[in-house]
Formats: sequence, structure tokens, C-alpha cells
Amino acid sequence: MTTLNACFRGQLGDFQLDFEFSIPSRGVTALFGPSGCGKTTLLRCIAGLNFLPEGKLEVDGEIWQNGKQFMPTHKRPIGYVFQEPGLFAHLNVKRNLTYGRRRAGIKSSNDNELHELTGLLGIDHLLERDIHALSGGEKQRVAIARALLMKPRLLLMDEPLSALDQDNKNEILPYLEQLHSHLEIPVIYVTHDRREVERLADHLLLLKEGSIIAKGEIGELLTRPDLPFGRAQDAVTVLDGQVRHYDARYGLSTLQIEGGTLEVPDQLGPTGVYKRLRIASTDVSLSHQEALNTTILNRLPAVIWKILPTDGPSLNILLRIGNMGEGSPLLASVTRKSVEQMALKEGQQVYAQIKGASLLGSSSTTQPRAHCMTPLIACE
Amino acid sequence: MSEAIFLTLKLAALTTLILLLVGTPLAWWLSRNRVWWKEIINAMVALPLVLPPTVLGFYLLLAMSPQNAPGGFLKEHFDITLPFTFEGLVIGSVIYSLPFVVQPIRNAFEAIGSQPLEVAATLRASPLDRFLTVALPLARPGFLTGAVLGFAHTVGEFGVVLMIGGNLPGETKVLSIAIYDHVESLEWTQAHILSGGMLVGSFALIFTMMLIEKRWGRLYR
Repeated sequence: MTTLNACFRGQLGDFQLDFEFSIPSRGVTALFGPSGCGKTTLLRCIAGLNFLPEGKLEVDGEIWQNGKQFMPTHKRPIGYVFQEPGLFAHLNVKRNLTYGRRRAGIKSSNDNELHELTGLLGIDHLLERDIHALSGGEKQRVAIARALLMKPRLLLMDEPLSALDQDNKNEILPYLEQLHSHLEIPVIYVTHDRREVERLADHLLLLKEGSIIAKGEIGELLTRPDLPFGRAQDAVTVLDGQVRHYDARYGLSTLQIEGGTLEVPDQLGPTGVYKRLRIASTDVSLSHQEALNTTILNRLPAVIWKILPTDGPSLNILLRIGNMGEGSPLLASVTRKSVEQMALKEGQQVYAQIKGASLLGSSSTTQPRAHCMTPLIACE
Repeated sequence: MSEAIFLTLKLAALTTLILLLVGTPLAWWLSRNRVWWKEIINAMVALPLVLPPTVLGFYLLLAMSPQNAPGGFLKEHFDITLPFTFEGLVIGSVIYSLPFVVQPIRNAFEAIGSQPLEVAATLRASPLDRFLTVALPLARPGFLTGAVLGFAHTVGEFGVVLMIGGNLPGETKVLSIAIYDHVESLEWTQAHILSGGMLVGSFALIFTMMLIEKRWGRLYR
């Protein structure tokens, strides 16, 4: 079980850093913020590519940096995926893939793993190709496979999709979501794209100008009224649901979420498994009474927690599921006109109709995500 | 005549080999280091580009002379005399052709940028490993250019050779000196054969280099 405790405080170039945090032993932690907030610098410090003299870093109880102690990058058991794929132009795909693997001491006879991973990433037919014959998306998938094939104890990804066009992004995201459910190691994922955070992250560090302004579990941060996520026009709610049972007659699975249940198409897996759901705020509508004459299956009692202005013409209503608002937060996008006509007020009991709850990738875990984000080492 | 050709090729090949061995670490250092006095070293390496060869030859002759400190030291402790010997020519050629080998290699190292090396570091490659398995192969075009230019430049050397080597058949009488000799004694035929051979040979060398570069260029981009 890897746990990472970090403290990077001080001046690096013309950058003032003030980062102190821990990340849990599994799941994807997103470093999110505008460009220039120091997220890449922080990632490079963790990899040992940048050296902040006052930094402290401890992974798995092993000290990577502290005072004069500094483990050079090539000795750290990490995988690093850069913004640009950074494949070696003088090697073909296969030799790129095995470059780090051989140096990490993994026998080349163990080719099953290589084929399994390249299959998962959809690059198994490219192994003998030259690098310049690959598309941007293919190159980045090779780079991801190359990092993972070393069996790192920590995977660092620096905006791996930002250099790609929209088509290539859409091509890679599903692979990343699949990896997400396969990986047993912690991932630190740098991005400035809210959609990537919603789809991939379990935990979030929100960065601004060299310091952390919020940290926590993704479902909570996306709906926190004081953060920008909940105020976006296309805001989403991310929920963890536990599979309760499957109704074969209608092809619907029932998921238990905090404060209620949801019915979602398809068999989602064995009972007890946790699944991540993504609900767009525009797919949630409100009514005073439970609307019985509707095709919408999922109607949950909820309480209006806060009415948030957005960057568009509508308002986002932050709800809490349950009669007393004891459950998960949920965002609904409602026009100003409806808010006035229905006289919606904070504290009111309403029903939320959820039109679509899409599953997030194929990610599933047997346990809900960990909540340990408190720093365990002290900065001086 | 064949003696001069053989001597010239031997001198150029040996000089190029030494320059690749000395020039590679020097080019690497120049491309990676950021100390302020780096540019002074850089200017010293580039000096033979602008210095008249006779000036360089004159100072080298003085330095090698047993009457002066460096040459005297070699004479006294190792019984080595450099002026008017093949060894002296090799040393002179190495200094004279240094920028022609170091500059292209340095440019090639700089063109790699820091990213491939950082990537290699995250793939567990130690600094030496990174240099050997990433920097060297990626800088291949620069090595080709450097080797060809260094070789060709040494073949064509005249002023430095005349100053420190003189005109001893089989020892220091290289092609360019031989051609000069033939012209001086109005032996036009021999001068034509050697000069024409040089012209054709040089063209073939440069042309081959460009073909290889073009091929590599396609591969690497």
C-alpha cells in the first residue's frame, strides 16, 4: 500500500510553492488548476525532475527527499507520462515499451503482461511500427503503456491529453477509465480540464498560484458551493452507488446511494460492488410533489441546500438527497423563470427527477474510496 | 605520389578518430552546462575557424620547439620531438579541425532538448545510460556531419602543415603540400591527377553524407 506524504514549500525559479498534502494509497488524485498554478512543477518535484531544496517527500514510509537526502529520478519507482509523449525516435514501439521495463529489472520473458496491457490500450498491432508512423493518440497510449510496464509504485501523469485534439482525447479517455479500474497503485493526474477530473479523479487537490485551496474527495468537491465546479453551466454530480440487485425482466440494476436508490440500465456487476455514477445537472429536474405520471424512473426526495448562480442564464440548485437532506449532494440546473414560478427557496423539500445517470467508465471497486487527505508529515 | 595519398588518409583518419573521442564529451559539456565561462571555452574551440592557419602553425611550432617550455618538457622527460614529425602533424590537425567536429555534435546534442533525457530518467536510466542509449543515438546526424567535416578539413590542410611539418616525404608530405610542390616544379600532369582526384573524392564524400542525412532525417521526424 503506497501512501505519499509531501511538503514542498519555498522558492523554485520565480515560482513560490506552498504545498503540503498526503494522497491515499489507491485511486486517482487530480491536481487541478489554471495554467501557472504550479501543478506541473509540483509533479516534477515528486518525480525528482525539479529540486526544491526545502522539500520533503515520503512514499510508503521510504524517504525520497528530506534535507540533503535526495533520491535521483532514475531510482524512484515511478511511472511518468508527459504532456508530449516523448517516445524515443530511434527505437520502434516495442523497444520503446521495453526500455524502462528492462531497466526496472522485469524479465523480457514475461511477455504476457506486455500483451495484456497493449491489448487493453489498443496498441498491440503497433508493436513493430516506427514511432513516426503513429498518430498523436497512439503515441500517447504507447507512452502510457511504457510507464505502466515498469510496474511503478506511483503513476504520475502530466496533462497526458492536453497536447491532443478533441478526437484523440475522446479516443484515449475510455482507455484511461478502464485503466483506472485496473490499477492498484495511486495515480497523480495533472489537468486543467474539468471533464477529465469528473471522469477520472477520485480525489482532488485544487491549486491556485502555488498553493492548495481545496482538497478532498471528488464527489464532495464537485458540489461544494464555494468552489467553481458547482457554478459551471454544465456542472455534474459524481456519486458512488452500491449494486443492490438486478431486475432481469426490465434489465435494470438498483444502486444504493446515500439517501436513496437509483435504477440504472444494464447489469452492473455482482451485488455489493461500488459503481461510480455521473449525473449532469441538466438531466435533473425538480417538482414540488412526486410526479407520478412521468416516464422518469428515478424520483428522489431532496432538500434545496443552496441556490447557486452560474456563468450562464440558468441557476444551479444544490440539493441533498433524502427527506431531511441527509444523503449525497446533487446538482440540478434550473432556469431563473422556473425558480421564480415555483418559488424555490433554500431549505425547501422537493423531488428530484433524474433523467439519466451514466456510469463512469467501467470503474468499479469493492470498497468506497478512502478519505485520507490530511498531511501526515509536518512542514517546518 | 601514392605515399602522399596514404599519408594524408592516415593523418585524416587518425585526426577524426581522436576528435570524435575528445570532441564528444566537450560538445556534451558545452551543450548542457550553464556556467558563465562556458562561452570562453566555446570561443577557444571556434578560434581555428577565423585564425589564419599560418598564425596557428607559427604558435604551435613555437610551443613544440624543444627550446620552449612545452616542447622542452616533452624532449626532456619523454624524449619526444614534435616539429617536422607525423605526430606533430596529428596534434596540429586535431587543434585545427576541432571546431568542425565539435560544433555539429554540439548542435545535435542541443537539438535533442531536455525532454528525451528526462523521459529516460523516469524510465530508470542512469545519467551514463541516458547518454549512451538516448543522447548518442539521437545525435547521430551530428556525428556524421562532424566526422565528415573533420576528415575533409584535415585532408585539405595546408598552412599549419607547412609551418610545423615541412615537406618530408613519407613523414609530413601530405597531398596539399605535394600538389603545391608539383605546381612549383611545373609538373602540371601530376598536379592535375592529384587535384582532380581530390575534387572528385570530396564531392563523393559530401554527396554521400547528404544522402545519409536525408535518410536519417526522414527516419527521425
